[in-house]
Amino acid sequence: MIEVQNVTKRYGDLTAIERVTFSVNKGEVLAFLGPNGAGKTTTMRILTCFMPATEGVARVAGYDCFEQPLEVKRRIGYLPETPPLYHELTVQEYLTFVGRLRGMSTENFRSGLDRVVERLSLGEVRHRSIGNLSRGYQQRVGLAQALLHNPPVLILDEPTVGLDPKQIIEIRELIKSLAGSHTVILSTHILPEATAVCQRVVIINAGRIVAVDRPDRLSARLRRSEKISLRVKAPPAGLAERFRALPGVQSVFEPTDTGAFLLECELGRDLRDEIARFVVENGWGLLELKTISMTLEDVFLHLTQHEEGMVGEGEEARTPSKEQSRV
Amino acid sequence: MTPVHAIIAKELRSYFVSPIVYVVGAVFLLSFGVLSYLLVQIASALALRQMQIQGAAAQLNLNELFFRPVFYWTGFLIFLILLPLLTMRLFAEERKLRTFELLMTTPIGINEIVVGKFLSVYLVFLGLLGLTGVVPLILSAFSSFDWNPVLTGYLGLVLMGALFLATGVFASALTENQIIAALLSFGLLFLLWLLGVMGANLGDTTLGNVLSYLSFGEHFDHLLRGLIDTKDVVYYVSGMFLMLFLSHRVVEAQRWK
Repeated sequence: MIEVQNVTKRYGDLTAIERVTFSVNKGEVLAFLGPNGAGKTTTMRILTCFMPATEGVARVAGYDCFEQPLEVKRRIGYLPETPPLYHELTVQEYLTFVGRLRGMSTENFRSGLDRVVERLSLGEVRHRSIGNLSRGYQQRVGLAQALLHNPPVLILDEPTVGLDPKQIIEIRELIKSLAGSHTVILSTHILPEATAVCQRVVIINAGRIVAVDRPDRLSARLRRSEKISLRVKAPPAGLAERFRALPGVQSVFEPTDTGAFLLECELGRDLRDEIARFVVENGWGLLELKTISMTLEDVFLHLTQHEEGMVGEGEEARTPSKEQSRV
Repeated sequence: MTPVHAIIAKELRSYFVSPIVYVVGAVFLLSFGVLSYLLVQIASALALRQMQIQGAAAQLNLNELFFRPVFYWTGFLIFLILLPLLTMRLFAEERKLRTFELLMTTPIGINEIVVGKFLSVYLVFLGLLGLTGVVPLILSAFSSFDWNPVLTGYLGLVLMGALFLATGVFASALTENQIIAALLSFGLLFLLWLLGVMGANLGDTTLGNVLSYLSFGEHFDHLLRGLIDTKDVVYYVSGMFLMLFLSHRVVEAQRWK
């Protein structure tokens, strides 16, 4: 449904994105993840034909964003980073204006309006001026604008910014319900959001794609060892050394507070049982023991802080280049 | 309803909920009214003096004494100062508030955006200008004058307004700061006026004629005298289209930055 091939965008000397390539299948929800200034908005602006790419090809529903922008624009609903709202208009007037810009028939518009007003719970504020609404409502009006014509492709730039936790969950549910019938790209820097609603994540940093994969596979791929965190009540001196001597333990990290240890063990070996027995049998008092899986946060930080190149789909997991101790 | 209609309707709505139209309209009508009052005063003083000299009712030419100066000052001074204030928000505000992204990502062309915005401000302008029609109507009840130069004078103002507003649209497309947009269109129009003065100084030379043609002064003067020359109408209409075309180019060029 969406294809981006080797797209580069330069603003003068500044390269905003470089050779970005990815594709989104029909009905898929894809998250664009990256720190601020990574190139998420630029990529979205190219896809929505707001600006042309310097190099490369972007296609939406088979139409080239540069050659046939009108066809592309017809099929896209776009929520920019700042919701494009006219503060002097009421919600209904604003949506009417958008419907007319999109050339919707009266019938289509009526049903579309009722649908978005209901789904985004805008009923109460329908006849109020947008300028007087809270940030959360304004964000929802922005979303309503993108959904009004029921487009097959939705491009949402940080759709949950400014919403309260309850609204965030509602919007996520809404996006999830759009999956299947709609193709969605959303950008976010909130990682749990990506895990919660998306089938695939594109991690972008400094204008380059550093990883494309399913959220769960991303964390699995980047795990170099099994990590176990434990807390011991009365650790004897040199306990870290004794842990290291155990078979299967690769390294031991001792955070500053006494009694806490982080063990890195061989990949694919569950040592919890052995370690628990080791501590208990020696009478040191086991307070806590758990495995640590890499969260998307770790993956994200890992990929955006150490530029170790691209981890693409189907690529082999690399051998660790250096030892890392991360809690 | 086509997208152009949608833009016109929306812009009109925005104009009338913001104070700008009311303020500009009030200042415009007040200036026009005071200007008319002063000129009527001058004309009547002149009539009185003529009556004393000739000892009979004077034959005053209101077209010469009243309408030409009123239209002249309205076109040159009032329009030059006030019309940039009407156009300054058209593109600058959309850029500032990032609503431009909406317009540019809906399936409408830049043509439609430029034309829609221009027509909306032009309608506001025509409405304001229409209100000044009260003055000749009242005068016609108390005196007699030739309506033809009055109507061509209005035609001159209508054409002048089109050129000024199109220039304002262009200036607004260049920046996201409304004040800069207003100053820019004022500056452009003022320079265009001075070009005519320069042309007049140079007299009947090639450069002098070219400069006079480029400026709106001479063309406006013909219309005020009651002459409708195709050349003058073509000047205004082509000037308006040039400015709208330039606005289109600027909006398009900004996508590439």
